[in-house]
Amino acid sequence: MVQDSDSGSRPRRDYLRIEGVTRRFDDTLAVDGVSLAIAEREIFALLGSSGCGKTTLLRMLAGLEAPDAGRIVLDGEDLAAVPAYRRPTNMMFQSYALFPHLTVEQNVAFGLWQERPRLARAEVAARVAAMLELVQMQRYARRKPHELSGGQQQRVALARSLAKEPKLLLLDEPLAALDKKIRQRTQLELVNLIERVGVTCILVTHDQEEAMTMAGRIGVMNEGRLLQVGTPGEIYETPNCRFTAEFVGETNLFRGRVDGGALHCEDFPAPILLPADADPDDGGEAWLSVRPERVALSRAGAAPAGAGCNAAVGEVAEIAYLGSHSVYHVRLANGRIVIASVASAQWRDAAPPTWGDAVRVAWFAPDGVVLTR
Amino acid sequence: MKRARCFLLRGHFWVGLLPWAWMLLFFALPFALILKVSLSTPELAVPPYVSPFVLEPGAALPHFRPDLASYRRLHDELRALGLAGADLQYLAAWGGSLLLAALTTLLCLVIGYPFAYHIARSREAARNTLLMLVMLPFWTSFLLRVYAWMSLLDSSELGLINRLLLAAGLVDAPLQLLYNRGAVLVGMVYSYLPFMVLPLYANLVKLDQRLLEAAADLGAQPWMTFLRVTLPLSRRGIVAGAMLVFIPAVGEFVIPDLLGGGDVLMIGRKIWDDFGPNQDWPMAAAVAVTMVLVLIVPIALLHRHGRANGNGAQR
Ligand SMILES: Nc1ncnc2c1ncn2[C@@H]1O[C@H](COP(=O)(O)OP(=O)(O)OP(=O)(O)O)[C@@H](O)[C@H]1O
Ligand SMILES: [Mg+2]
Repeated sequence: MVQDSDSGSRPRRDYLRIEGVTRRFDDTLAVDGVSLAIAEREIFALLGSSGCGKTTLLRMLAGLEAPDAGRIVLDGEDLAAVPAYRRPTNMMFQSYALFPHLTVEQNVAFGLWQERPRLARAEVAARVAAMLELVQMQRYARRKPHELSGGQQQRVALARSLAKEPKLLLLDEPLAALDKKIRQRTQLELVNLIERVGVTCILVTHDQEEAMTMAGRIGVMNEGRLLQVGTPGEIYETPNCRFTAEFVGETNLFRGRVDGGALHCEDFPAPILLPADADPDDGGEAWLSVRPERVALSRAGAAPAGAGCNAAVGEVAEIAYLGSHSVYHVRLANGRIVIASVASAQWRDAAPPTWGDAVRVAWFAPDGVVLTR
Repeated sequence: MKRARCFLLRGHFWVGLLPWAWMLLFFALPFALILKVSLSTPELAVPPYVSPFVLEPGAALPHFRPDLASYRRLHDELRALGLAGADLQYLAAWGGSLLLAALTTLLCLVIGYPFAYHIARSREAARNTLLMLVMLPFWTSFLLRVYAWMSLLDSSELGLINRLLLAAGLVDAPLQLLYNRGAVLVGMVYSYLPFMVLPLYANLVKLDQRLLEAAADLGAQPWMTFLRVTLPLSRRGIVAGAMLVFIPAVGEFVIPDLLGGGDVLMIGRKIWDDFGPNQDWPMAAAVAVTMVLVLIVPIALLHRHGRANGNGAQR
């Protein structure tokens, strides 16, 4: 899901460079020293919980907010002194912000009207028509925004922000107003569309699935800081901090002290074996993150897991059956809950364990990720 | 029967009736009276007219015998328009009033818009203070404020402005500032400005900031954003403010009377003269009736326009 591989020239790696950008509101640090490089024609997602500064960062890129510190360089040009109306960026607002007094057509044409030297009337009309066709809104060209459904408004807003073919497209929670089902379909449509137009895009979302579906790379933000940047796989499989591990997907997090290559954790009956490549300081505090689908579940009576495994026995506290798999909450003897996600196919031969059954949870040491912050 | 009683017992029925009762009592009834007077014949008596309703001996109901002389006079003036030497005193007064009202409205808009815009863009805490300042003149009597203008504009060396000009050496002799159209215009704009600012403010304060940001983001320079977004979206405020200024300005009597010279013809003055010194009540009433009709037409048109066009465009 990255760029078209057949695009002629190789996209530049640091088409957009954000260097130590900071923005403070009164007593809150909305954006705190964010640095980031984004390649040409990349789709990049900013992921983070509410209020972590995603919109503020986007607004600084658009020029609607001035950074207190740091630099923003787009295609070799420092944007600091460039006012919003001269920046080669276009933003799709969280609320769409369509002009209520203009028709769909005029909304999409608005950016083209501002081009200097002026575009010919016929060219504006042609480009508007092409944009409306792209988002399949030709039929509604003459309507006013209030005569459209939420999804239609969203497509108009998208068409409007794409019409000028900006160097940088900024999408602030573009699909937040849609219900889940339409959203999932629209995510792929949107990616196709952006790739067809061939613009570089930063997308803001607080929905991790959306980020993973749409973006080539993801940046995880928390409290104004960019904690980790990577492909969806990297973010999910090798989180670099507790926030990322817990925010992106579900995880089992064990806190303890490192001693002799194992994590001594009050929650777990035995010292936890750590992956061989992890190399935390002895005696230091550390966390281990284990994804639920890496945790194997078997009946307590079955043959114990082999060497190199961390295992514990407990009883089933809760089961969520989700069709393709079930999520088991297993309570260990000390009360700690371990979550295991088990494919339904595993129980082909036997009845699956049910509430109160004694079970064993186990995972291979290399499946855990050691976190030190 | 039962249903009707329930209907009458419901509170909102009576509340809904209140504006209608108000209109009936304070607009429809007086208007009917004026209409009656306008159709009467002037006479030297008290009151100085003969009612168009004549009760003939033996008849149960009065006869209606309207005298259209006053309207005919207005009509004749209209027909004589353009003829040399025609006496067009009423038409001239009409023209003077409409022109002055239009100028007042335009100036109030040009001056009031930045006021309203600035207040609407201020911090929330500052807004109320600024609004208070706009309304502050209302705390003193209207008449007093007009008299204040008279002393400001006084055309002798005692006038405040003339004194300043003389002291600064900008003029050698005091200027004729009072008793002309300019003085009337100044007084009118000054008096009516708050009626333009308040509806404009109420409209502009609701303007969604994000629309302005979206316009800037799409490449619109600030003045372009103003022309293409702010101005069209504040159309309703402009219309409301313009009506609140224009309509009373057409009939304004006090300001032209106090600040204007004898040559400032205004319809309000004409009505005053006919009701007062000229003792021609039917003529005065006929002018008043035409004034209502002339003003109702644009209001109705604007109303229709607003309903057909503005609906939902600005929620
Ligand atoms: N204009 C402002 N004045 C004061 N504080 C602000 C302003 N804009 C944002 N903030 C604060 O900055 C922080 C980051 O806000 P921002 O809008 O960037 O969050 P976000 O990540 O977009 O959140 P969400 O997912 O809810 O949209 C918040 O704590 C917010 O309260
Ligand atoms: Mg936001």
